[in-house]
Amino acid sequence: MQSSQQWVEKYRPRQVKDVAYQEEVIRVLTNTLETGSCPHMLFYGPPGTGKTTTALAIARQLFGPELYKSRVLELNASDDRGINVVRTKIKDFAAVAVGTSKRKNGYLCPPFKIIVLDEADSMTEDAQALFAFTQPSIAVQNALRRTMETYSKVTRFFFICNYVSRIIEPLASRCAKFRFKPLSEVIMSSRILYICKEEGLYLDTAALSTLSSISHGDLRRAITYLQSAARLFGSSISSENLISVSGVVPEKVVEAVLQACRSGNFDFANKEVNNFIAEGYPASQMLTQLFEAIVEENDLSDEQKARISKKLGEADKCLVDGADEYLQLLAVVSNTMKAFSNIPEEFAYEC
Amino acid sequence: MLWVDKYRPKTLDHVTVHTDIAHNLKKLVKEQDCPHLLFYGPSGSGKKTLIMAVLRQMFGSGAEKVKVENRTWKVDAGSRSLDIELTTLSSTNHIEISPSDAGFQDRYVVQEVIKEMAKNRPIDTKGKKGFKVLVLNDVDKLSREAQHSLRRTMEKYSAYCRLILCCNSSSRVTEAIRSRCLNVRINAPSEEQILDVLELIGKKEGLQLPPGFAARIAEKSNRNLRRAILTFETCRVQQYPFTSKQTIPPMDWEEHISEIASDIMKEQSPKRLFQVRGKLYDLLINCIPPEMVLKRLLHELLRKLDAELKHEVCHWAAYYEHRMRLGQKAIFHIEAFVAKFMSIYKSFLIATFG
Ligand SMILES: Nc1ncnc2c1ncn2[C@@H]1O[C@H](COP(=O)(O)OP(=O)(O)OP(=O)(O)O)[C@@H](O)[C@H]1O
Ligand SMILES: Nc1ncnc2c1ncn2[C@@H]1O[C@H](COP(=O)(O)OP(=O)(O)OP(=O)(O)O)[C@@H](O)[C@H]1O
Ligand SMILES: [Mg+2]
Ligand SMILES: [Mg+2]
Repeated sequence: MQSSQQWVEKYRPRQVKDVAYQEEVIRVLTNTLETGSCPHMLFYGPPGTGKTTTALAIARQLFGPELYKSRVLELNASDDRGINVVRTKIKDFAAVAVGTSKRKNGYLCPPFKIIVLDEADSMTEDAQALFAFTQPSIAVQNALRRTMETYSKVTRFFFICNYVSRIIEPLASRCAKFRFKPLSEVIMSSRILYICKEEGLYLDTAALSTLSSISHGDLRRAITYLQSAARLFGSSISSENLISVSGVVPEKVVEAVLQACRSGNFDFANKEVNNFIAEGYPASQMLTQLFEAIVEENDLSDEQKARISKKLGEADKCLVDGADEYLQLLAVVSNTMKAFSNIPEEFAYEC
Repeated sequence: MLWVDKYRPKTLDHVTVHTDIAHNLKKLVKEQDCPHLLFYGPSGSGKKTLIMAVLRQMFGSGAEKVKVENRTWKVDAGSRSLDIELTTLSSTNHIEISPSDAGFQDRYVVQEVIKEMAKNRPIDTKGKKGFKVLVLNDVDKLSREAQHSLRRTMEKYSAYCRLILCCNSSSRVTEAIRSRCLNVRINAPSEEQILDVLELIGKKEGLQLPPGFAARIAEKSNRNLRRAILTFETCRVQQYPFTSKQTIPPMDWEEHISEIASDIMKEQSPKRLFQVRGKLYDLLINCIPPEMVLKRLLHELLRKLDAELKHEVCHWAAYYEHRMRLGQKAIFHIEAFVAKFMSIYKSFLIATFG
């Protein structure tokens, strides 16, 4: 194994059976491994839950290293150059005949090719670069749908995406759909402990539970944090170490901002926001954590909470649009401050 | 050479702020399996300095032998082929680009460069580092498309190519990318730390510093180390020996905005709005980023306003800055903010004083 390999790659399961927690898809694919029959597949779900891993594993297990190149085509958002390129690539790839099913070196080698279209939800029609930002291209997907039909005898498509809603119905309905769930804390912990054992790391219980909770069911994230912490802080890793590599805002910083909101003093709050930005924390992360804190706050009425949350949502959208972090956070803090002291929401002088 | 360059620490052992981060980075680089890195933090906080020091730590002084090239990539974009031009900075072991300079075409550049790097994998005679490093500046300005296209590429080519990403606003970097990197937050140095750097430079330049002089520069720097050093050098050019009362020259553009703020506090009328437009144009023509103009203007206004108006004004500043991102002509939105402010302030004056 290469030494320059990152842990996420090093610990990527090579076999379908080693993919954790996604029982349903594993059951179907285990069957495929025995019978060689395989529908078109659509894998969807949040990042780091095993979608790419599973697709690569089944392809490898069906064909083995020797045939892999001629039987499996992996296309992703970075390869895709719009509709024509995709079409040509698929055509060229599918054109070469596969012959009949013949077991080779212990691999089943069923008589079809696999085309993995990773990040299918961001396939775009580049000729319309302007629309590309907002519209995952219906045209590309439509073209694929025809391609799929043309070559369906000899190819199986694996579509992979985060958002199933962005895949057009005609594509989706031709596939067996599988949702990849965010990994449970228990599964996460056992995977992490396994890696710790392999790498000779020590994680105490608190650190283990911190790691599971800050990763939100995303095992890639957990592994990256773990590797980062191990490289930075050595083989004994604490909760704080993990927090510091994760970009999570420390509790006391969130509390300071909330305290500023409670104070009712605008200038004080402004200073706190300025300070937050100078410290370089991500504002989007702050919004998430403020939301968690507000929901738990005992001294607030439901109405106050709703008012604050609404603004958090708006600010989050603005940040996604690329708005300035300082201005958005300041607006949130100002709004929260007003909600805390029940100042009416409407502005007095707006006309 | 400007002091900011002359006194930029070259190695991880020599940095004077962020010493603990530098120490950690050194440990990180020792291992062959170093993850992708994302450096983020405010402007002038020292990101670039650390990145350059990391490269040096990885590849030795060879990393400093860089050549600047204007390169053109021919990209086959389906129906037609595109020529994309971009400036690259490269050594044998790394290449640095600001892909967002390619505008809509940014995603092609990123893909092309990475694939090219993967192909021309360095075959080091001493059998050292088997990967190259790609430094991407301003990743927060990358289009969503380009960010998406990085996802799988980062995984697929990770054995050949390590990414070091750099940005100011990590909120603009998609979760998918952030979770594929070690996130390194570079906070703005504190005033004390800035003061230390200034004093060190003063010492190396053999300057006499009157008491409190450097501290005033540090205080006015807004925790931006680059700005502090630049101001320090400006002072040196303007008047030496220093005196303790010597004025610290403010930035021209900030002066300009301070005037605009006074203008619109004094009179709220279409005529005044028109005059202000001219001044705003001046700023934009001089390449002051529009969001900085808006933020600075808010800053000046907040200093002068009654508490009850502050909430309202900061709301509208955020509102119009967001609109500015979505729109194309910054001037419209800054001007809309000024008009909004005038109208609010006028009603406030009427309600208060009749
Ligand atoms: N279910 C799982 N079982 C075991 N390991 C997993 C699982 N899910 C993720 N991993 C680990 O996380 C890494 C990333 O997983 P993978 O690339 O499959 O994610 P993905 O679902 O394709 O995410 P994305 O939507 O971001 O592309 C893998 O290399 C592996 O180490
Ligand atoms: N660790 C350090 N020790 C001493 N001086 C430093 C350090 N880091 C940065 N400096 C000084 O501050 C200046 C600005 O730093 P740098 O260019 O690294 O900032 P940056 O974070 O990349 O800013 P921007 O986001 O605006 O590009 C450098 O030219 C250098 O002189
Ligand atoms: Mg994937
Ligand atoms: Mg820089």
